[in-house]
Amino acid sequence: MAKEHKRPDGRKNSEMRPMSAKIGVVPNADGSAMFSFGNTIAIAAVYGPRQLHPQHMQDPARGILRVNYDLLSFSVSDRKKPGPSRRSQEISKVTEWALLPVVELKEFPNTVIDVQIYIIQADAGTRTAGINAASLALAHAGIPMKNLICSVAVGKQDKELIVDLTKEEEDFEEGEGATDFAIAKIANTNEYTLLQLDGKIQPEVVKEILNLADKACDEIYEFQKKTLKESISK
Amino acid sequence: MSSMPSSNLTIEAMKKIFAEGKRFDGRKLTELRDISITLDISNKAEGSAGVKIGKTEVLVGVKLGIGTPYPDSPDKGNLTVSGDLLPLASPRFEMGPPDFWGIELPRLVDRAVRESHMIELDKLVIEEGEKVWTVYIDIYPINDDGNLIDAATIGAIIALKNTMMPELDKDGKIDYEKKATKKFPLSKGISPISFSFFKLGNSVIMDPTREEEETCEARVTFGLSNWKDQYMINSCQKSGNTPFTKEEIGQIMDLLPKKFEEVNEKLKKFL
Repeated sequence: MAKEHKRPDGRKNSEMRPMSAKIGVVPNADGSAMFSFGNTIAIAAVYGPRQLHPQHMQDPARGILRVNYDLLSFSVSDRKKPGPSRRSQEISKVTEWALLPVVELKEFPNTVIDVQIYIIQADAGTRTAGINAASLALAHAGIPMKNLICSVAVGKQDKELIVDLTKEEEDFEEGEGATDFAIAKIANTNEYTLLQLDGKIQPEVVKEILNLADKACDEIYEFQKKTLKESISK
Repeated sequence: MSSMPSSNLTIEAMKKIFAEGKRFDGRKLTELRDISITLDISNKAEGSAGVKIGKTEVLVGVKLGIGTPYPDSPDKGNLTVSGDLLPLASPRFEMGPPDFWGIELPRLVDRAVRESHMIELDKLVIEEGEKVWTVYIDIYPINDDGNLIDAATIGAIIALKNTMMPELDKDGKIDYEKKATKKFPLSKGISPISFSFFKLGNSVIMDPTREEEETCEARVTFGLSNWKDQYMINSCQKSGNTPFTKEEIGQIMDLLPKKFEEVNEKLKKFL
C-alpha cells in the first residue's frame, strides 16, 4: 500500500480505536468485565461453574460453557426488539466456540459456566469487544484457562485493509465496498478461534488480514493483562 | 444409521486414517463426492432444484411474493432464506423449533447469495418504498449424509438461475397460474459456491459424510464467487471446538480457487 488511506477519525490503517476495560463491573457475578473499542461498549459476566439444570444436559466428563450475547435495545440507532434474535443466537454460539479452546472445562464435570455478554453502545465490532470482555471476565472469575482470547475485526474498504472498523467505515459502499472480518485467536499463538465475515475479500488477501489481526491482538493481549493485574493490585 | 455421537474408537480410527491422507470411503482428504442436479423438482415454485452430493440430498425452492421493503432499503427487493431440518432426513433431526444448526444453515446460504450480489435486488421494486418483490429461498434436506451447507448453497444458486417472474394481474396481485415468461433478474456471471472445510486432529478434509462431520472438531465455511475476474470470498464462518492454524487457513486459501473451478465445471450446464 503506497499512500496512507484517510480514515474518518484520523486513525492509521493498522490502528485500533482506543481501548478501555474495567474488571468487576457486575459485583454479583463470579467474574465480570467491561471492554470497549471507541464507542463500542461490551460488558460480560460469568456465573459458575455451577450445577447445570436440567440434569440430563450435564456432562459427567466436563463442564459446559454457555454463552449468551445480545444488544441492549437502545444500543443501536433503530431500537432492537428485546429478546434473542437469530443474529444474537448465532453470535452467542460463535463466541462460545471462540472462547472454548482455552477454558479448562475438564476440571468441572456436570457443571455449567455461563457467560453473559451485553452490548451497551454499538459502533461496530460488538462481537469482538464482547469476546475480549468475556475473556477478561472468565479470568476474573478464576476459571482455569490455558491462555486469554483476543479478538478484533479487520476490514477492507474498497482495496484498503483497515483494523477495527467503526459503523461509519462498515457502511462504506464504493468500489469493492466494506468487508468486516471478525477474528479471535489464542493469545501469542497462530491459532484462530473465530473467523467470520460478510463481503468481498480475495483469498490471497486473507493472510495479510491475519497478520494485521495478529499485531492488533498482541496489543489487546498486553492491555488485557495490564487490566487484570491492575484490578488485583488495588 | 443411528444418531449416536461418534465413539472414541471411531474418533481415534478416523484421526489415524486421516493422518495417512485416507478416508473410510476411499477418497482423498479434499476429494469431493459426485454432484448431481435435478431441475424443477416442484412446478409450483418459481424456480427449484434438487442437489445430491453422494448420499446427501437437498431440495431448494424459490417462491416470489409481494411485500413492503425494509426501511433501510426502500429501493430494493427483499431476500429471505429459510430452512427446515426435517426429521424425515435424519434420525438426528427433531420436530420443534430450530436448534442452532437449523438457524445457521439458512443464514450461511443467505450470506453466500446476498453478499455475492448475484440477485439484482434493485430490479425487484414494484413501487419504490411501497411495494417490492420478496424472494423466498426455502431449503429442505431430504437425506443428510454430511455437507448440507454446501449442497444447500448449490441448490439455491441453481434454483435461482431457473427462476421465472410470475405475472401481476390488473389489480397488482400475483397471478401464479399465468405462464411466466420473464426471467428473474440476476447479475451476469456471478454464481457463488460455498466450501466447508472440516478439521480433525491436524487434518483438514472437504465434503464430509455425516459420520466424518460428526467426528470432526471444527468447521470453517467460505462462500466464494467470481467477481470482476477475481475470486472473492463473500462469507466465512467458523464453528466447532478447536482453532484453525494460520498454516491451515493458508492451505484452504490455496485450495479455494481450485475447488471453485472444479465444482463450477460440474455445474456449468445448470448455471
